[in-house]
Amino acid sequence: MIYREAGDFKTSYSKDGQTFPIRFDRVAYFTLLVVAFLVVPFVINSYWANAVLLPFLIYAIAALGLNILTGFAGQVSLGTGGFMAVGAYACYKLMTSFPDVSIAIHILLAGGITAIVGLLFGLPSLRIKGFYLAVATLAAQFFLVWLFNKVPWFYNYSASGQISSPERTVFGIAVTGPNTTPWAPYLFCLAFVVVLAWIARNLTRGAIGRKWMAIRDMDIAAEIIGVNPLMAKLSAFAVSSFFVGVAGALFFSVYLGAVEVGEAFGIQKSFLILFMIIIGGLGSIFGSFAGAAFMVLMPVLLKNVLVGGLGWPTDLAAHLEFMIVGGLIIVFLILEPHGLAALWRVTKEKLRLWPFPH
Amino acid sequence: MKTKLALLALGTAMAATPALAELTFTALSYRTGPYAANGIPFADGYQDYFTLLNERDGGIGGEMINLVECETGYNTEKGVECYESTKGSGALVYQPLSTGITYQLIPKATADGIPVHSMGYGRTSAKNGEVFNWIFNYPANYWDGASVAIKYLLDENGGSLEGKKVALVYHNSAYGKEPIRTLQELGAKHGYELIELPVDAPGQEQKSQWLQIRRDQPDYVLMWGWGVMNQVAIQEAVNIRFPMENFIGIWWSGSENDVLPAGEGANGYKALTFHNVGSDYPVFDDIQQYVVDTGKAAGAGDQIGTALYNRGLYAAMLAAEAAKTAQEMHGTAAINAAQMRDGMENLSITEAKMTELGLPNFGPEFDVTCQNHGGNGYAAVAQWDAAAGSWSLITDYMQADLDVIDPLVAEDSAAYAAESGTTPGCM
Repeated sequence: MIYREAGDFKTSYSKDGQTFPIRFDRVAYFTLLVVAFLVVPFVINSYWANAVLLPFLIYAIAALGLNILTGFAGQVSLGTGGFMAVGAYACYKLMTSFPDVSIAIHILLAGGITAIVGLLFGLPSLRIKGFYLAVATLAAQFFLVWLFNKVPWFYNYSASGQISSPERTVFGIAVTGPNTTPWAPYLFCLAFVVVLAWIARNLTRGAIGRKWMAIRDMDIAAEIIGVNPLMAKLSAFAVSSFFVGVAGALFFSVYLGAVEVGEAFGIQKSFLILFMIIIGGLGSIFGSFAGAAFMVLMPVLLKNVLVGGLGWPTDLAAHLEFMIVGGLIIVFLILEPHGLAALWRVTKEKLRLWPFPH
Repeated sequence: MKTKLALLALGTAMAATPALAELTFTALSYRTGPYAANGIPFADGYQDYFTLLNERDGGIGGEMINLVECETGYNTEKGVECYESTKGSGALVYQPLSTGITYQLIPKATADGIPVHSMGYGRTSAKNGEVFNWIFNYPANYWDGASVAIKYLLDENGGSLEGKKVALVYHNSAYGKEPIRTLQELGAKHGYELIELPVDAPGQEQKSQWLQIRRDQPDYVLMWGWGVMNQVAIQEAVNIRFPMENFIGIWWSGSENDVLPAGEGANGYKALTFHNVGSDYPVFDDIQQYVVDTGKAAGAGDQIGTALYNRGLYAAMLAAEAAKTAQEMHGTAAINAAQMRDGMENLSITEAKMTELGLPNFGPEFDVTCQNHGGNGYAAVAQWDAAAGSWSLITDYMQADLDVIDPLVAEDSAAYAAESGTTPGCM
């Protein structure tokens, strides 16, 4: 059976502390990377790229960001949509102001700008927590959306208030705008996802991540043992907002190409990403991916099965989608309140012990 | 034997496929979500007209029509998913039915070579066909609507709006912001003061805007609203006893759904329209005979003759006429998207043609050209009669003030061309 560990010995601390201590996991991870980078780009068409993979990858980054804040540091946030909007608008302003600079740099800078904004809205977290903090971040959500709607400078005084991304290239290949090949934006986003997930993993298992988790589990105890809550909370807000900002910038520039702030980054986006990390698993890198996959891919899959496969009326299928996805969420949370990541962990434990469960 | 049968069945299925529907039209409809009440009648009308053509005429030019419907829920991301999933099916033309989705599709469809018909919505400057080769928004756009509304008010006031106050209650999105620039220009020309009152989506929260209207006492209120926002606005106007005769909505704020909840209070409310109202046209007899009576009506079949059903029907009719034009131009019945575009660009709607289609005096006459993808900008004003429960046109079709609008179109489309690196020109 898979996950047999016989003969898989660790002979050093670094080997014991690696991200994938089981050889099977390591092999699977690298196989996945190879497939994602070297096989998928050659086989995807524009439907798979634009309707399935790009939203999945981008939401995975956003979920990673929120998971750092809520899952690891325990600071509840409902401002994700607003912070994504900051990333998108920062990216737009940078793209149009400095057209000669690479889009990759703009996206990172947009993340940096979002980190600063997130830091500002994270300041109340020093005084308040839990539901009260959720309300404070909710204020960020509404304020930011209002701001981007209100001030014409942010959308370059266009008549409609929409922002649309001009064509930008990486190594001479278009990654934004309408004339992209399906694989280019996919690889572009995938590169961001892999690097950011790697950073997130290493941050969360290092000293900073331990401080975040200490604050999450009991902030007073953490302070007594020497964790500086100011630094821990604000760094969580900054790092999380950076991730969310990058997701927002990619969402606008690479995925959609044109965005209207109220529609694309409204409160429902904050909830969507919050649901992703709750279903995927709080405080888990894998959970962020699993949650994003569940919330993005499940409706598309159901739509294709119900409308494309069974030929049902579109409205009936749409309503059934809501019911099925909603029902699955409830079932998952009853069966495994810690999300898909915990479900997967339990499965893995069982497989490792198979055929001798105890 | 079993394999043989299976192979036979497979062979039949494969042989039969090309003989099925040839002309693929798409409907990016929304029968769910916060705007469903307005999305359903439009989608029904669009679908019923194509069903009628299939049932009565055997399609268009002898080719059956295959209507692919995709549910967007008025959501941009779902709209993109719908576009990507249907564009491979040989779709001839897209009706995005949302300004947000239209903005997404303008560059994508241009790159893919599929025409988009954003009828009375979308990007107004797409009227300039030299920049937006693949985008059409005939017969009228939001700037035409704004101009016609002001023109109507000018007529009401003996040709002068000097010193009057006009409030604009608008959906705080790309859609609602579209007319502001035009109304400002017209305000400078005609001397009225414009009060801008944004309402955030979806639009239930309008108390403060209407308090402001009560305080500022504008002479007229214009509204760019959609979905639940319309109903709330009309109810709020009733609550503050704003005279309904002085309240004019754009064509998306003029359906039965919007006025019925306010009951008697909504009597006299006005809305712009670019097509006629009611079901007193010969084509509706055919719909009854070929679509409703045969049980093929879309949805619940209870929307026939409503304002938005008529709009969906009108949109389908314009698409079918463009397809006919394309078939004549290219001498083939099985047209593709590029040929469809040519058909749309050479579309000519005359009164004789409309009468022949069973829709006499239903909409304005217009011609589409390479330079002008937006028609001639004719719209009329309809008024709601609460007692009779029906809309009626109270004016003739009026043309927008093109002296004001054409420069704005040129300016905005030039900005788009510069931004997207398009060289303006005919195809």
